Parts: sequence; C-alpha cells; structure tokens
Amino acid sequence: MPFIPHTEADIKAMLEAVGVDSIETLFDEIPAELRCGELTNVPPRMNEFEVTRLMLERAEQDGYYINFIGAGAYEHHIPAAVWEITTRGEFYSAYTPYQAEASQGTLQVLYEFQTMMASLTGMDVANASLYDGASALAEAVLMAVRTHRKARRVLIPTTVHPVYRQVTHSIVTNQDIELLSVPFSKQGGHTVLDALKSHEGGDLAALVIPQPNFFGVLEDVDELTNWAHRHNALVIAVVNPVALALLAPPGEWGDAGADIVVGEGQPLGAPLSSGGPYFGFMCCRQAHVRQMPGRIVGRTVDATGNPGFTLTLQAREQHIRRSKATSNICTNQGLLVTAATIHMALLGPEGLERVAAQCHANTLALLEKLTAMSGVERVFDRPVFHEAVLRLSSPANDVLRALEGQGILGGYNLTQYYPELGEAILVCATETRGHEDIDKYTFHMERIMSKRRLDPPCAVKANPKD
Amino acid sequence: MLIFEISKKDRCNPSQAPLEKAAVEKIPDRFRRKQRPLLPQVSELQALRHYTRLSQQNFSIDTHFYPLGSCTMKYNPRACNRLAMLPQLLGRHPYAPETTGQGFLACMYELQEMLKDITGMAAVSLTPLAGAQGEFTGVAMIRAYHDSRGDTGRSEILVPDAAHGTNPATATMCGYSVREIPTGREGDVDLEELKAAVGPKTAGLMLTNPSTLGVFERHITEIARVVHDAGGLLYYDGANLNAILGKVKPGDMGFDVIHMNLHKTFSTPHGGGGPGAGPVGANETLQPFLPVPVVTHEGGEYRWLTEISLPHSIGRLSAFMGNAGVLLRAYVYARLLGRDGMQRVAEFSTLNANYMAAQLAKAGFQLAYPDRRASHEFIITLKQLKDETGVIAMDVAKRLLDKGYHAPTTYFPLLVPECFLIEPTESEDKDVLDGFIDAMTEIAAEAKDSPEQVKGAPHTTPVRRLDDVRAARQLDLRWRPRD
Repeated sequence: MPFIPHTEADIKAMLEAVGVDSIETLFDEIPAELRCGELTNVPPRMNEFEVTRLMLERAEQDGYYINFIGAGAYEHHIPAAVWEITTRGEFYSAYTPYQAEASQGTLQVLYEFQTMMASLTGMDVANASLYDGASALAEAVLMAVRTHRKARRVLIPTTVHPVYRQVTHSIVTNQDIELLSVPFSKQGGHTVLDALKSHEGGDLAALVIPQPNFFGVLEDVDELTNWAHRHNALVIAVVNPVALALLAPPGEWGDAGADIVVGEGQPLGAPLSSGGPYFGFMCCRQAHVRQMPGRIVGRTVDATGNPGFTLTLQAREQHIRRSKATSNICTNQGLLVTAATIHMALLGPEGLERVAAQCHANTLALLEKLTAMSGVERVFDRPVFHEAVLRLSSPANDVLRALEGQGILGGYNLTQYYPELGEAILVCATETRGHEDIDKYTFHMERIMSKRRLDPPCAVKANPKD
Repeated sequence: MLIFEISKKDRCNPSQAPLEKAAVEKIPDRFRRKQRPLLPQVSELQALRHYTRLSQQNFSIDTHFYPLGSCTMKYNPRACNRLAMLPQLLGRHPYAPETTGQGFLACMYELQEMLKDITGMAAVSLTPLAGAQGEFTGVAMIRAYHDSRGDTGRSEILVPDAAHGTNPATATMCGYSVREIPTGREGDVDLEELKAAVGPKTAGLMLTNPSTLGVFERHITEIARVVHDAGGLLYYDGANLNAILGKVKPGDMGFDVIHMNLHKTFSTPHGGGGPGAGPVGANETLQPFLPVPVVTHEGGEYRWLTEISLPHSIGRLSAFMGNAGVLLRAYVYARLLGRDGMQRVAEFSTLNANYMAAQLAKAGFQLAYPDRRASHEFIITLKQLKDETGVIAMDVAKRLLDKGYHAPTTYFPLLVPECFLIEPTESEDKDVLDGFIDAMTEIAAEAKDSPEQVKGAPHTTPVRRLDDVRAARQLDLRWRPRD
C-alpha cells in the first residue's frame, strides 16, 4: 500500500484496541446513502518508475525554448545551492512555525528575509510573504483603505500589469472599494501628473505607482509620490526586487517615501515553472505594521534570556481575530521565501547589482538590434529597466508564432490588453540572454520581418531541437 | 548567529553573477539607488553551512512525528518533488504559448478530472493559491450567484462556532457579516439553532465535514436541505478531506462549492508555511462563476479557458495560472496512489486516529467526544490535568518537544477547553503512535510528580520557551548593524 506502513498484525492489534472488527466499521457514522462507489475517473495506481517515465515524456514533449518573455515573471540564474538547501526535508516538510521552539530554523530565515526586503525597499518592516505579486497588490489596496480610514477610492494607472489590476478588482470588489484607472502617456508610456489632475479634490485612499511599470518604462516616482501625499493619499509602490539593486528604493521616493511596497518575489530564486509557486512581498512603515496582513516574525528572548524568534503581532490574524482579521491569509509561500533568502545571501549586494545591470544592458542590446531592421520600432521614448514595447509592421501573433517555430519565445503579445498600441509586443532580455541568444533572435526576426521566411513557412515545430 | 553577522565588506560569490558589471548610464541618475541594500556578503560555503545549520533547528515530517490536527502532516513523497522539478517544467514561462506546454497542461487537465471525481463536482478550477484563497473563491462565487439573480438582500454567512478562523475572515473579505451557529453536545451542528438562524438574509453556510471537532456531521443532508430551502448555498471547507477520500463525496452531501487543500490531502509539502494550493470545485449551479483560467481538452489539444469564454467567472486570483509546481506534485501523488490508494488514505488515517484515541483514553486522558467515532483526527481535553496540577495544555505541548514529538494543535477548536487536536495521518506506523502515547503518559505523571519540569519545558530545543509578550511589545522585526 503506497505510503501506508501497516502490517496485517498491526491492523489486527489496532482494531482490537479500538474494539471493532473491521476498518469499515469506523465509518459507520456516515449515512449509508451518502457512501460513494469506486472513483472511476481516478486511474489505477502506478509505481514510481512508471510515473517517472510518464513525467519525463511529458517534460520532453514541452522541450526547451529561448525565452524573451517577461511581463511579470523573469528567467534568472538560480544558484544550484538555493534549491539543494531549500528542499532539505527540515525546511520542505515543516509546518508554519507556530511551535516556535521547534521551528527556529524557519523563523530565523524569515527574520533574515524581512531584514533583506526592508533594506532592499528602503522601508521599516516587511512581512513573511503573501501569495504572489498580484494578490499582494490587492492586499495593499485593502491595507491602504484600512489605514486611511476616510476614503475608499484607489487610483491604479494603466501602466500597472493588467492582470494585477484584474486580480485586485476580483479581491477587493466586494468591500465597496472603488478602483479608478489612470491613462498613460502615448509618448513616454508612463503616468503623467496631468492625467491625475481630474482626481484632485476627491477623497483618495491611495495611488499605486509601478517601478518599472508593465511596459518596462521608468515612472517619475518622486513627483507622483509627492502628488499623492499632497492630496492626502497613501502611496503603494509595485516594484521588481531585482531592479531595486539599481533603482531608488520606494522608501526614498519623493519627500516622504512610499507608504506600502509590494511586488512579485519570483525574480529572487523562484523558477518560472508555468506560473508558480512564486511569492508576494509586502513592506511598510513601522507606524502601519498593525494593519499589515500575513505572518510577521519578531526577535525576542527565551526563558534564560537568550535570543530567539517567534511569530508576532498575531492579533492581526484570522486564527485569533476571526472575522475582524486584517486578511483571511493563513498558509503563505514559506518555502519560496526560504529560497529567496538563500538566493539573496549567495548573490549579495554586488551580485544582485551585476544581475540587474546585465539585464538592463542585454535588453538595450536586443532593442538596438531589433529596431535597426525595418518594421520594428520602439513605441515609447522613456528610459527602461529590462523590458520594452516594440511595434511591428506585421501582425504580432504571426511573428511570435514564426519565432516559436525556431525555438524562440519572442515576447508578450500586447494586443489583447493594449489594442491601442497596434501590433505591439513586450520584450525582455535578462542576464541569461547573452549575445548568442540575442543574435539568434535578431537573425530570425530579420528573416521573418523581411518575409524571407524559412521553410516551412510559419510552421510550428513540435520539438524545436529537431 | 545571523547571516549578517558572518558578512564581511567586499566579499562576493563571483560564480553566481555576471563576470563584470555592465554599464547602466542610460538610466538617469534621478532614478538610481544611492546606497547599497543590506544584503549579506558571504561565501557560498558560508551561506550553505549557515542555512543547513538553521534547517537542523526545525522539527519536520522528515525528522519527527508531527500530529498537528487539521494540518494533515503526512509523508511528502520525494518522487513528487523530483518530478515537479524536471528542467523543462521549471523553465517554462507562464506566458509561453499553450503549444509549448501540452505535456504540462495534460497533467493539469487530468488533475482537474480526478478532483472532480473525488469531490463529486461538475467542474474544478486549479487556480486558487492556498486554502484561504480557495475559501475566498467559494464565497465570492456564492455572492456572484446571488447577484446574478438580482437576489441582493442576502448579507450573512453562517459559520459553525468550531470553524477555522479563515472561514469568518473570508466571509468578511467577501463583504458578508458572520453569524455563528453553536455546536450541540455530541459535536454536530445544533440543528434547531440553524433553523432559527436561516432566512432571507442567508447567503450561505460554510462547513467542514468531518468537522474540526474530529467527528462526521451526521445531519449533513438535513443541514443542506434547511440552507437550500432558505435560498442559501453550501460551501465545503476541504481542510479535512483526508478523512473521507473515496468514501463520501462532498457533492453527494449537498455542497454547492468546495475547496481542497492539496498541501494536506494530496501531500504537497507545507514548506514552513506554504506554498499551498486550494483548487475549487463547483456543481452545475455555480460552475459558470469559477475563477479563470481553467484547462480544457478539445480536438486533441489542451488549452486554457479564460474570461473570454467564461464571462460569468469571478475573475482572476493570481497573476498567472496558480501554484503550478504544487499542482504537479499533487498530480504525481494522485497517480502513485491511484483510485484504491485514495480510499486507503481515508481508511488508515481513520484507523490511526481511532487507535490513538482509544489508547489515550485507556491511559487516562479525557476525549472531548468519547461517544463518537473519531474521523482522521480527534480531541482530548486536558482540563482535568490543569485543575489537578496547574499544568496547562501549552506546557504539555512544549514538553512533547523534549520527548521528540511535535505538539498537536493546541487551543483549537476554541470551544473545547485546554484541548489538543490530534491528527496522526495514515503514513505513521503503530510503533510511532505507541511512542507518542507513552510520551503523553510520562508527561501526565511528571505533571503530578514534578510539575515545574513540565511548566518549564522545553528543555532540549535550540531555545527555551520564548517570550511572546515581549516580542509583540518591543517589536524587533529586522536586524540593524550596530554602528
């Protein structure tokens, strides 16, 4: 029996101790008419070697591609040691550290993580994670409304990831919170003060500021932050943690800094893995910490005065406060935070800065080569971090399909969420996309755009290695 | 020692970063960071040794019996981890076209189909990221259903007083007020109180079955009828699905929408607090409101269904498709168990719980519901021990750590005083359970003979009992350098 260690003798002895004649008797309180028959849509069991073969075949079927898609999830080098340590059973198979004395390993990792994230964002405190970047933004909106007390309207520029905006809407919509969008500059692809003017005078709980924004463009975070604070609104920053190795931390934006900082933690040690598990992070000012959702670890002392770590401020949480909790979140993304902490420790400030700089440089190199050909142009003229929007003279979908046929994922198609940009794609080259990959992309793009298509035309090969 | 205290200025790991620092002069100065973040500067070996040593300060399933009630701390098979971490699966971008992910999507589709069968639901969405997000999904779908009918006067969610804290917190997040229903003496929902509470304000009832009291709700059919007759819907909290896997389907009990905790029932790792996965199943009434994306299989191809084809969906709950890596682990686990293995999970988790309950009762411990069958978990109350010796449940929990056992869930559910909620799971063998019972017996004796030893526990863990009050009053949430 898979994963069940009982021998026949054990079963007999245990049934005798309980005083029943069969295991089936233990289910006699369940009304007979509710009992189900065989699970016909669950296949019979396989052995480990059979499942291994199945999974290897499926993985092979999906193959490898040279990836130039970013759009919220980024391919970075992850040191081998990160997941070697993270998947040690002591981290992998432990529960949420409620019994602090038996969980000092996890708790100290979380305290170190909080320290790193607070410093990276320039904020006072960090929590121990939320689910992902999008749901972290939703939690930040709820937190801003609780903190502000008077207003329930939040401005979210259209330069914020479109799915983050959808997720925020799904999560906060039942609590009478109004989300207002702000259009972006057609020239710069950023949020300009003029676009905010119409909201002056109204009661605003918060302004969301992405840096870099969904288009990869850098926003004028100082003037946006000051505008929000002048109008008595909180500032929610949405940031990429790798970019923060180069970019001003939200705690230093404008005269007073951002109030709440959230983002997607995936670039810190989480593999792309089709979308998860990743983790969301959240940082804030000390003054607002009691409004923060999720677990928080604090350092304290034990009965003999030695330092130790424990979950703290639990009176905010659902298992204590129930319907009055700051959020319903319980399980978060602990293992991913463990990976992120080890990842940051292995890279250090110098390593993370080199990664960020190389991402930036590779993206600029890609842009230079792609825009040198006819039919490919930059859409926005502002500085970018490691992504940019390109407009194509051919349908974006066709071009991306043709690149896929050559084993290249050429970018994220923007036509669904931003039809006003025309046949536009969002491209990204991280530190793992060196000259060789960029040259390959350029070579095939050139051929596709000049209609000198390879044979067979536009076909998508099942396996790019063939 | 913290990693920051090992750190030395100008140390780095050259092999983990690009060979040199690229120029960034195209980023104007006003956007740039002026001061480096406080990240550790340690060698690869130093980092490895530090985090390996920290790991050794944890209790975990791989090292200790971990009978944490309502958490299903069963063995996490290593094959699930290995096969979810195949390089092609790890390297796939969430926005890579479906044509490049047919192998991955096949796993997701088959997992959806298996979960439909197990729960007796018409459709399943895998996207919720954890149990609490699954709960949110379920209640938001109930709300969307009532709204779609113009039935906007329903403002209350009913929750038994034994419920997890996430239930009332979820109802609040969905804009509902919470009405608690008391529990009867034998652990079932008090039917008369329920009948008095339902009415035109009732949006729905959130229920865990078997309940958090470790017993099967015997009147579930009647409860479903009462709620449905009042126009409300039933939400099933899948926290305790392990107890009934392949024995009863929530759909057959009358539930309209359910979430599952794959990190419990399907053995994906708890990871020191996540990641989880909280897929949601719905009957035909609520199916149109499921969150997107959902996998479909048409014309020999797997693809995602989005809001475009499911316009009544409550929308999206995460940036991408959910905790894919967790779902893959659950898929591998389900294939390793197969249909018969599912039933055996329920059988042996129930056998283990009933055996422990019987043996603890023989050893003099008081069961909270002695006349009931235990499900996969059960409750003992240590109130008598407290009255006699002054030793409280928390002291016993800490003393168990000294004896090499993780403590059961303590002080939950809230309505049983000085309680332990004990869930052994099916993957533990009789000798381990006997060892735990012996440890409990020893501690009960110590509580009488040398109560200070129990009250001062733990004695053998890396730290002694921690000052939680000080942690909350003198907040120290991050390390700062001395200078």
